[in-house]
Amino acid sequence: MGSYRWNWPILLADPYYGWIVSGFGNTCLIAVLAWSIAFPLGSAIGIARTTELRPLRLVGTIYVEVFRNIPLLAQMFLWYFVVPELLPQDWGHWVKRDMPYPQFLTSVLCLGLYTASRVAEQVRSGLEAIPRGQHHAGLAMGLTPAQVYRYVRLPVAYRIIIPSLTSDFLGVFKNSSLALTIGVLELTSQARQIEEYTFAAFEAFATATLLYCAVTGIVILAMRQVERRTRIPGTIAIGAQ
Amino acid sequence: MGGGFDFAVLIRNAPFLWGGMVLTLQLTALAVTGGLALGLVLAVLRLSRIPFAPALVAGYVNFLRSMPLILAIFWFYTLIPKLTGQSVSSFYSVLIAFILFEAAYYSEIIRAGISSVRRGQIAAALALGLSNAQAMRYVVLPQAIRNMIPVLLTQSIVMLQDTSLVYVVGLRDFLTTADIVAGRDSRPVELYMFVALTFLVVCFSASRLVNRLRRRYAL
Amino acid sequence: MIELKNVSKWYGEFRVLDDCSMRIAKGEVVVICGPSGSGKSTLIKCMNGLEPFTRGEVTIDGISVGAPDTQLPRLRARIGMVFQNFELFPHMSAAANINLAQLKVLGRDRATAQAKTDELLARMGLADHATKFPAQLSGGQQQRVAIARALAMDPIAMLFDEPTSALDPEMITEVLDVMVGLADEGMTMAVVTHEMGFARKVAHRVVFMDEGAIIEDASTAAFFGTPRSERAQQFLSKILQH
Repeated sequence: MGSYRWNWPILLADPYYGWIVSGFGNTCLIAVLAWSIAFPLGSAIGIARTTELRPLRLVGTIYVEVFRNIPLLAQMFLWYFVVPELLPQDWGHWVKRDMPYPQFLTSVLCLGLYTASRVAEQVRSGLEAIPRGQHHAGLAMGLTPAQVYRYVRLPVAYRIIIPSLTSDFLGVFKNSSLALTIGVLELTSQARQIEEYTFAAFEAFATATLLYCAVTGIVILAMRQVERRTRIPGTIAIGAQ
Repeated sequence: MGGGFDFAVLIRNAPFLWGGMVLTLQLTALAVTGGLALGLVLAVLRLSRIPFAPALVAGYVNFLRSMPLILAIFWFYTLIPKLTGQSVSSFYSVLIAFILFEAAYYSEIIRAGISSVRRGQIAAALALGLSNAQAMRYVVLPQAIRNMIPVLLTQSIVMLQDTSLVYVVGLRDFLTTADIVAGRDSRPVELYMFVALTFLVVCFSASRLVNRLRRRYAL
Repeated sequence: MIELKNVSKWYGEFRVLDDCSMRIAKGEVVVICGPSGSGKSTLIKCMNGLEPFTRGEVTIDGISVGAPDTQLPRLRARIGMVFQNFELFPHMSAAANINLAQLKVLGRDRATAQAKTDELLARMGLADHATKFPAQLSGGQQQRVAIARALAMDPIAMLFDEPTSALDPEMITEVLDVMVGLADEGMTMAVVTHEMGFARKVAHRVVFMDEGAIIEDASTAAFFGTPRSERAQQFLSKILQH
């Protein structure tokens, strides 16, 4: 690549520096907001799939199967182009005309609901990894099934799945790049835009890549700390990926 | 948009959409094959005692896994022509991105499959007088493969869905052709629902099949 | 106190329990034994409704376990249970394990619960281990914590499901000693076990099961003296051989 003309300083020039900062901010914001939908919703669905109640289990299974078997990009288009058409007219109008930040909020919703299906699977597998005898022991001492979840099964299940939840969070962080397809100016799209304006492709993409790697590294280190702190004495931590 | 659904639009454009589906399937097949081959090499290197190889592979895997696939697609789409000095069709630049990207995921699955075989099994095999290679061939790999095949297949279903991301470079896969028709005929509802349902049926059936395999061959 | 009437249970075609009837009076210690797969564990888990049964009736103190309007948690809170694999909650210290149901089920205040816990730990010889987690305790210690956890509820009866089967031989005695102590105090107990020495020493009655059915229900002296059924004789000769 001898003929390539390096131009790193351009990234610090106006307006490109600002583009990267705002893109990075949007990426982080989308990830955090989507996660705050995905974690509680996914937990509820994962729990639903382990209960004795058939209808609840069925609803949970359908949710997970639907969301994980449709490409995320197709889901993004469904939420953005299709759902407003199918809503009752008044709502549809509101979504199309008056809803603030439509692209941003749509991508948060889409990523949140999709990631919930992944979280649900982790929570379910964590709960299923706990021996049935634990459930019996809780019931035998008079706890209600809900109390058994609250005090016995969930505290252990969440500890088991810290590493997989970490990679799911990183998943939503990376997947936030799909928001660019409906016009959200997040990190990847800003890098692309800089490339188109300045032809400094390598510099722009490298910067974006570096930022993604940095966040990934920080999150993994932080979650290792969480895992260490919550480790049950006498057992061995599994270690985030 | 002229009220009501018009599913005839799907029939009118069937050949065009089918062409997109063919490209999606080709891309998936080639990327899975290439990704598996490279992933196997990476996994073996990672478990080997060749100096620096395990660390280098770990670095490669962690690097690619921290990056969004879309960004990887942009990297290769933009840089391969610059690096090679000639224009490469977007199909090949995307294919290379997918192979390099998926290989990182496959290699981890293969490595986990091999590591999942308990050490006691190797000890028992060696104690019977089997050589290292024989222990690998007759004891470790048969168990490892059974453990990893369902996961590899599941990852390949994910890969099939991920190919839709070629949309960002305008390659005409299934989703992109549907998107083109949706725009041209102003029928986004029908087209995007059709794409979603098609993937849902295909991927759901495939994952059912994987589950059945997993249950039948579970150790 | 505990009464089973014609209890049967099927898994599809397979019959796990076959028309089992027995009763345990207040203060009585009953040992349930039999070959593995004979349904003993299932039977004892029917007594507090952990295993649903297909037909028949189980009553505790006159309250039906299977009736849909029975408050199972409230009933179970009055019956202690000890499991083969201890089933201490791994994320809680020994003391927290014993406190949990006192706080959440009985609604005791923390000081009362803690006092009860301390007293029981001391009685089990585990006063120094209150803050340890299950994974830091030996099997015998874990099982004694589990017994303390059940006793903390001031149960009217105790169910033991193979309490020593998962223990290393040198730890069996420390658990059996605690159980003998309980029996001597007059606790009502149902014990699934292969420990025939324990049975001979403290049991009032022995129930022998095979293939889901109760084959013999005899006083301890009668069971070890002249068991009537051939299957019980075979079973005894096998496990007493060594």
